[in-house]
Amino acid sequence: MKRFLIPLGLFLVLVVFLAIGLNRDPHEVPSPLVGKPAPAFSVEKLAEPGKTFSPTDMQGQVWLLNVWASWCVSCRAEHPLLVAFSRQGGLPIVGLNYKEVRGDGGIDAKKLSPADEASLTRQRAGAWLSQHGDPYTLSVLDMDGRVGIDYGVYGVPETYLIDKKGVIRFKQIGPITPDALEKKILPLARQLATES
Amino acid sequence: MKALRRTLTTCATALLLGPLGLTALAGEATPMADNPVVEARLIAISEELRCLVCQNESLAGSRAELAEDLRREVRKLIQDGKSDTEIKDYLVARYGDFVLYRPPVKPTTWLLWFGPFALLAGAVAGLVAYLRRRASRVQPAHLSAADKASAEALLADTPPRPKDPA
Repeated sequence: MKRFLIPLGLFLVLVVFLAIGLNRDPHEVPSPLVGKPAPAFSVEKLAEPGKTFSPTDMQGQVWLLNVWASWCVSCRAEHPLLVAFSRQGGLPIVGLNYKEVRGDGGIDAKKLSPADEASLTRQRAGAWLSQHGDPYTLSVLDMDGRVGIDYGVYGVPETYLIDKKGVIRFKQIGPITPDALEKKILPLARQLATES
Repeated sequence: MKALRRTLTTCATALLLGPLGLTALAGEATPMADNPVVEARLIAISEELRCLVCQNESLAGSRAELAEDLRREVRKLIQDGKSDTEIKDYLVARYGDFVLYRPPVKPTTWLLWFGPFALLAGAVAGLVAYLRRRASRVQPAHLSAADKASAEALLADTPPRPKDPA
């Protein structure tokens, strides 16, 4: 009897390890930026050409930075949730429009002049927001994806919860699900709102 | 050793960049891809890095768009004179240790690095213990004098082995 217990025990340990391993999403790479200050950047606003936005503008507020693009299919799935959430007035959401033109495989961005790229980006992003609703307090443009690299963006959509001191406290990889919003983002945002 | 290699690389870069510098003075922009030293270093570094979009490909081999962006970034860092370690640290700060195909040795990766050896040591210890226990359990058979004599008689009687037909 005893001689069967050891292999059985080893087998059960193996089953537990495999069960944990198989239930993890290998595409979710934990971000080293959580707990670190949000990287600084300065990019143009969608609505006001020539005017720039930088994360320090949001100092003193708990806010969400949502990375999106009109070519991103998962963003479309996430969008109604963001629109509904913004109507409740929960948190300010800054939309970082990521590689709107360059990220779209259908366009050869190398043939465009910077000015043409900027105007095409504005036109596409603006049209998408007026069609699907605009949940953003403001939208900013990361046309070449440089800001994305500093934030460790590797798939769109991604969302960062940033506290009053400008520290990233949570990163959602992939679309925000109602579950993630209710169980993770909102409780943490409420707690962060009480911090000075 | 590493410092020496770096010095050599720098010298080689300087040698190769000499003529390029002159063309730059002549007002001609040289595409980055034309600098073989930078490209060689770019390939060497990016082969050690994982593409985050298609995770089983290296940054050198991936055609994913993010990989292209990151290669461009690494190329820029090389031209800024950053060392390989600094470039890797730059990417690790943004994407985590996951970008490294060769994870660093630190408390959270001890199990990964030393686990297989611990497992091997455990298995060898288990095998030794098992063999010792078995050796002590199996009693050598005792032959009586009569048994021994009959065994020897049988052995002496055995005709020589027939030759192998082949």
